[in-house]
Amino acid sequence: MNREAYEAVIGLEVHTHLLTRSKLFCGCSTTFGAEPNANVCPICMGMPGVLPVFNRRVAELAIRTGLAAHCTIAPYSIFDRKSYFYPDLPKGYQISQYETPICKGGYIDLPANGDSEPRRIRLTRIHIEEDAGKNIHGESASLVDFNRSGVPLIEIVSEPDLRSAEDAGAYLRQLRAILRYVDASDGKMEEGSFRCDCNVSVRKRGAKEYGVRTEIKNLNSFRFVEDAIEYEIGRQIEIVESGGKVPQETLLWDSARKETRPMRSKEYANDYRYFPEPDLPPLVIPPAMVEQVRASMPELPADRRARYVREGLTEYEAGVLTADREVADYFEGVLPGLKNRKSAANWVMTEVLRVAHDSGKALGDAVPPASEVGALLRMIEEQKISLNAAKTAFAAMVKSGKGAESTIAERGLAQVSDERAIAAACDQVLAAEPAKVAEYRAGRDKLFGFFVGAVMKAMGGKANPKVINETLRKKLAG
Amino acid sequence: MPSELHKLTIAEASAKLRKREVSALELTRDCLERIAASEPKLNAFITVCEKEAVEQARQADARLAAGDAPALCGIPLGIKDIYATKGVRTTCASRILENFVPPFDATVIERLRAEGAVFVGKTNMDEFAMGSSTENSAFGPTLNPHDTERVAGGSSGGSAAAVAAHECLGALGTDTGGSIREPASFCGVVGLKPTYSRVSRYGVVAYASSLDQVGPFAKSVRDAAIILRTLAGKDPRDSTCSARAVPDYERALAGDAKGLRIGVPKEFFVEGMQPEVEKAVRAALKSYESIGASTVEISLPHTGYAIAAYYLVATAEASANLARYDGIRFGLRASAEDNIALNEITRAEGFGAEVKRRIMLGTFALSAGYYDAYYLKGQKVRTLIRNDFERAFEKCDLIVTPVAPTTAFKLGEKMNDPLTMYLSDIFTISVNLAGLPGMSIPCGYDSNHLPIGMQLIAPPFAEETILRAGDAFERTGAFKSR
Repeated sequence: MNREAYEAVIGLEVHTHLLTRSKLFCGCSTTFGAEPNANVCPICMGMPGVLPVFNRRVAELAIRTGLAAHCTIAPYSIFDRKSYFYPDLPKGYQISQYETPICKGGYIDLPANGDSEPRRIRLTRIHIEEDAGKNIHGESASLVDFNRSGVPLIEIVSEPDLRSAEDAGAYLRQLRAILRYVDASDGKMEEGSFRCDCNVSVRKRGAKEYGVRTEIKNLNSFRFVEDAIEYEIGRQIEIVESGGKVPQETLLWDSARKETRPMRSKEYANDYRYFPEPDLPPLVIPPAMVEQVRASMPELPADRRARYVREGLTEYEAGVLTADREVADYFEGVLPGLKNRKSAANWVMTEVLRVAHDSGKALGDAVPPASEVGALLRMIEEQKISLNAAKTAFAAMVKSGKGAESTIAERGLAQVSDERAIAAACDQVLAAEPAKVAEYRAGRDKLFGFFVGAVMKAMGGKANPKVINETLRKKLAG
Repeated sequence: MPSELHKLTIAEASAKLRKREVSALELTRDCLERIAASEPKLNAFITVCEKEAVEQARQADARLAAGDAPALCGIPLGIKDIYATKGVRTTCASRILENFVPPFDATVIERLRAEGAVFVGKTNMDEFAMGSSTENSAFGPTLNPHDTERVAGGSSGGSAAAVAAHECLGALGTDTGGSIREPASFCGVVGLKPTYSRVSRYGVVAYASSLDQVGPFAKSVRDAAIILRTLAGKDPRDSTCSARAVPDYERALAGDAKGLRIGVPKEFFVEGMQPEVEKAVRAALKSYESIGASTVEISLPHTGYAIAAYYLVATAEASANLARYDGIRFGLRASAEDNIALNEITRAEGFGAEVKRRIMLGTFALSAGYYDAYYLKGQKVRTLIRNDFERAFEKCDLIVTPVAPTTAFKLGEKMNDPLTMYLSDIFTISVNLAGLPGMSIPCGYDSNHLPIGMQLIAPPFAEETILRAGDAFERTGAFKSR
């Protein structure tokens, strides 16, 4: 199979929950993890006679996302009914937006990464819709939990601008970073609040026409998206290579068998019979509202990254620190009062992120507050502690939750810079090793390290190495 | 005398209740007795709420005694079985909801409860409000109190018959294409469909959301005004409901029609209509002229397309609105092997023939490749019809037409011919498509002693014009309801 002769064309449809307290069309809570059917009411259960009332906060979050992705915000959009039967869809239709999405156009820039150039991925649209409930299949019965029914979603549809599984992964990571930056979504894939459908086709490299596309539905991890696309590209190339035609169909990813399989035709509807939702007035967004939202926008990842580079970090450092808003915010929380922003970046990228990663918890829950790490780093700069002492202190702070000052004091990690004490220790070491002193003075420079180590040992490892160096040099010279 | 309490109008009864000449309990018991006597003949109610009504009447009496009594306090009303009533089953005259007890009240039910109204029962209707004769009810047809071989009209036939037979003093109906006005006309009572959005639809089981509207049945125009005042007004639970202030409709009843310009659309006096109907309406127009109104011929040129447009738009909306009856969360559930079969069998067993016909028609109208030709075109016709009315109202303040081409027809007469049945609404449907207020008031009888209704139509939110004109006509005494 000559894979190099082919090019994949990929477009993604990402569904993400919006961070609202209440649902899209009723007052029920959106909290994840409640008892089944605890967060429901007649409206999100689709009882006879109920009507939807739009949650304005949803429009604000959709606009934030749209502005972050450079979209045009529609001053007037309408809701539509999308009809299909599924037991978890209470009304038998989903309220969505069809011909008039709230955001049109726009793009997401992918930074350069390794071999790949920076890329611009165009968006088709972003629209608002409601989520369905969740079927739970048991051995003798199926149950439905409607807690998720009516939770607000936005669907972000990209143009077919992606060319590989890695592209898709990079796009999703960037998109999730943006959503988290603007507080539109928590992007938690494990809670189903970030899901992706992938449209994949292949064509001969250089061809203008698109190949027949398949749609892989409902992928809920970056890994699955990348694996499924990789598999699907290979499968389609094989079909084309062997003279066949790729059937246009809807697929599911079987993550255990690592293959795509067609959905049963009954598992999805072919004709959604969209028509305008008569129970809701048009969604009107006055220009003043867009401007108000624009004024409240935080710095976006691309801008922050560029600023970090301007402020002296490398592209790589800026990239790692801005990939997640929480990390970047943490980094900036460490900085006040520090002279060396590079060592702060280093500390966050290594010590802080390692601890967070190993704990499996969210950054905020895994590590001491940024201000305490800042205090620790300030003590290094002021030569009050050694780098090693700082690392020991940091590990202790992670466990105890105590502050930097008290940890250093309790554990006696403060550095001794008292010149008289150090001079006395130096004298003691030199007096005990007359032979080595003579060798050094005869030109064996390497012995200097031995004296430093011995003095440090004599002082219980807490002496300021710079002062030891200076003192020893003077005494050995004299 | 107490045995005649049910014959009072709401205005009369309210005055007697306030003066403590009668108690709400006496009035309610009298209506319940009347129901017990009449129901075997009429079948106007699906559920009679005797126990609840007596309790509500007791509470109303307490309020009346305390001097805290709004206009509808202690008044026995019939409620179409399309309104969600907390704790009382709401069937929509369908097998699929036969045992459905809503956990909430419709907004208008809440408002009536707050006024202290008494609900004597849930009235019969065409299943899901689809029909013009109340023959499409899973609980059997309602018969016309004027002639029990004839239909009461529909879909709110139970409410119309109940008021006409004095089983209650007033009632609630809903009107999507004529479902209040046509049965009001057939039963000889007043039936008002307000402007679309004037009254909240929250808790009203949806048939066609962009057309459905809540309204009262009453024995007089004044009573209709009293009920409407309680029903109308902004509701945060219905985002299509107007925030416009609600006038005191009763105060609009000035007693005359001086200076009123009445438009008479030439397209509404069609060949094939019962001559006695035309005669009665023309006579009513003469009465109006005698009390200071003028008449002018107008044209509503797109009237001929109204029925076709209606049956595309209404059925399309219905096909989605009725998708929720899937056997999963409430209502009838058939036994089946899997979810999809469960849905199919539940619906096959639960819905009647007319409901199935309209769901199929609406599903087709929305299908890929047909949307533009059917649903979208229906909506365009709707705009043309609305424009017709707008132009007509440049020349007149009120439009007067017959309500239906005939008086009440015989049971079974049109059941095998849906298209003929649909024509019963030919004069009322365009009013829904345009979102206008319309009222049916009795204006005569035919040679079979069956009531004839006259329809008054006004511009959006001009319910006061309709009520004033209707009341003025009643006062002429040109026609006295029996």
